[in-house]
Amino acid sequence: MTLDLAQREAHWRKTRNLMVVHLVIWFIFAFVVHWFAPALNNFSLFGWPLGYYMTAQGALAVFVIQLFAFNRQQHAIDREFGVAEDE
Amino acid sequence: MGMQWEGKSFIENLPKIYGVYTGGFLAFFFLMAFFEQMGMGADTIGILFVAFTIGIYAFIGILSRTMAVEAYYVAGRSVPPVFNGMATAADWMSGASFVAMAGGIFMGGHGYMAFVVGWTGGYILVATLMAPYLRKFGCYTVPDFIGTRYGGKVTRFAAILVLVVASFTYVTAQITATGTIAARALQIPFAVGVWFGLAGILVCSMLGGMRAVTWTQVAQYIVLIIAYLIPIFWMSMAQGFGPLPQLMYGPAVERIMDLEPVIGVGTLTAQESIRGLSTLTQLHATPREGAMAAWQFVTLVACMMIGTASLPHILMRYFTTPSVRAARNSVAWSLFFIFLLYFSAPALATFSKLSMIDPNLPTAIIGQPIEAVLALDWIQKWSAIGLLAVVDSNGDGILQINEFYLNPDIIVLATPEMAGLPYVISGLVAAGGMAAAMSTADGLLLAMANALSHDLYYKIIDPKAETKKRLLTARVLLIVIGAGGALVASMQLTGILGAVAWAFCFAMSGLFFPLVLGVWWKRANRQGALAGMLVGLFVGWWYLVAVRNPDAWYGISAPWLGLNDLRFGIVGITASLIAMVVVTLLTPAPDAETQAMVDEVRIPRGETIIPSKG
Repeated sequence: MTLDLAQREAHWRKTRNLMVVHLVIWFIFAFVVHWFAPALNNFSLFGWPLGYYMTAQGALAVFVIQLFAFNRQQHAIDREFGVAEDE
Repeated sequence: MGMQWEGKSFIENLPKIYGVYTGGFLAFFFLMAFFEQMGMGADTIGILFVAFTIGIYAFIGILSRTMAVEAYYVAGRSVPPVFNGMATAADWMSGASFVAMAGGIFMGGHGYMAFVVGWTGGYILVATLMAPYLRKFGCYTVPDFIGTRYGGKVTRFAAILVLVVASFTYVTAQITATGTIAARALQIPFAVGVWFGLAGILVCSMLGGMRAVTWTQVAQYIVLIIAYLIPIFWMSMAQGFGPLPQLMYGPAVERIMDLEPVIGVGTLTAQESIRGLSTLTQLHATPREGAMAAWQFVTLVACMMIGTASLPHILMRYFTTPSVRAARNSVAWSLFFIFLLYFSAPALATFSKLSMIDPNLPTAIIGQPIEAVLALDWIQKWSAIGLLAVVDSNGDGILQINEFYLNPDIIVLATPEMAGLPYVISGLVAAGGMAAAMSTADGLLLAMANALSHDLYYKIIDPKAETKKRLLTARVLLIVIGAGGALVASMQLTGILGAVAWAFCFAMSGLFFPLVLGVWWKRANRQGALAGMLVGLFVGWWYLVAVRNPDAWYGISAPWLGLNDLRFGIVGITASLIAMVVVTLLTPAPDAETQAMVDEVRIPRGETIIPSKG
């Protein structure tokens, strides 16, 4: 590998920041919204009580979309530093 | 058959092969529906469904046999992301997900939904923290990563120990599920059903290892998702909720919330006690109030998520992709395929409940005359085998919510019958449940047998063993572990769900931090990893037995912070983290070679750390 130390560190820093961003989103939809489920249930979304909706569908859908987005972003970072695999 | 299970033309033909297979399965389904109309009995249909699908898995398993190490352990690292996603989804969704989840939501309401959230969100951790890096590492098994990253035979052995404890806890539950379904569908005793199920499981994995398991799991995913979704669509059409019920059931949830106070859910309690059955007392969508309830919800979610990211039989599926990027993509596809089932389960539970309690629906039973309810076919059928009971406790001749007793596991099976769907659906659901339990059991057995043959036998005991001997050992171990699992399963020690949650807690207690910090903390060293695994495993284990035996000398009188036996992983993982960090900081940093290895793991490009062709 011909990647100097500074570039290696920059690549890893970006990778780590991306990880942190996604884990923050994950934390919100995995824990925070469910902690406040009783309050959220006072709101209605297309007929669903919102707190219930988040456990039954909302959080799950966020996770799925988030992962496909994460893959694109990580691949972009890898390409930027020339460390993506050859296709 | 000159079928190739690797190579470009095989990979390109995959969509066609599985397309034909899916069409064939649907054709079989309609053929059975036709036979039912012609007067074939429900029992025969059930037998044909289970026998036909197991026959196909066995066929795939035998065709994809192999004597090559790379094919046996990691399917030749050639599985495309979408197919690996399906295989992982089948690997992941166990008999419990398939059979018990909708029923659990039906009875447990909002609190039970922690499983739905927990069993999906864990894949965010898998994708961001683990899978791509483990793939770059090029290991065959999870202990292979631990053993190579940290070095030392004892470290490798500790990882094997955690893997076996977690996976064995899990596999007994799966073999129990295959036994239950086989016993019911084929009308054989449970003890025979368990061994029959095991035979089906082994034929999928023994000859072709990971390669055979991969291609049978894809086939099993297709069966299980069809079997889960067809009844829901059909029922929803029959009851007028439209063709896409998952997107339309919001008003049904609100209707249940309106009806609950009227019929006394949560206020009326059961008068009798009937073994294995209970009445509905939890509100459907309303969470229990208070910080403790919220805390219990999020801790259960945390255990299931972190456990997901630590379970070796899931992580090893991402070793089979052709590249690091493909590993990452396949995590996303896995979650998508899992999502299809998990976002349908609450819909099923909601329809099922509404059709029982809404007095405006013809299927309603609550608030109806007991005599009319007792005359219903499905009530009689499930009462006869003790999974449902109707008792007029107050003697008023009307069925109240606290007079209707059921075993939650029957919701998936009984709901189509309640809506008047034909018996062919029951056969389909039995085949789906069997596929779910078999595919998970296969993944677990293979994870254990591979760790013992590759890590314990080859890497620790006899590093000079030749390929043939290694692969023979792997197969013998598969049979031995499978037989051990079946033996424990036939003793029927715990309920399915308890054992499943424990497996997650064991895995997270012992493996999560040694795996994550191995990639994300260069300073992490052998002593720290060893301490993390052993302290985590034993503290978790102690807490599990202590909380279940409050009166024993090692027991604790009340759970700490409401952490009961389903959540012991929180205690274990905390101990693991502290032990790993403290011991690492008290001992020297890993050598330059190891640190360079971690640097290499962090970038996708380049050769794997462990050279291929072991």
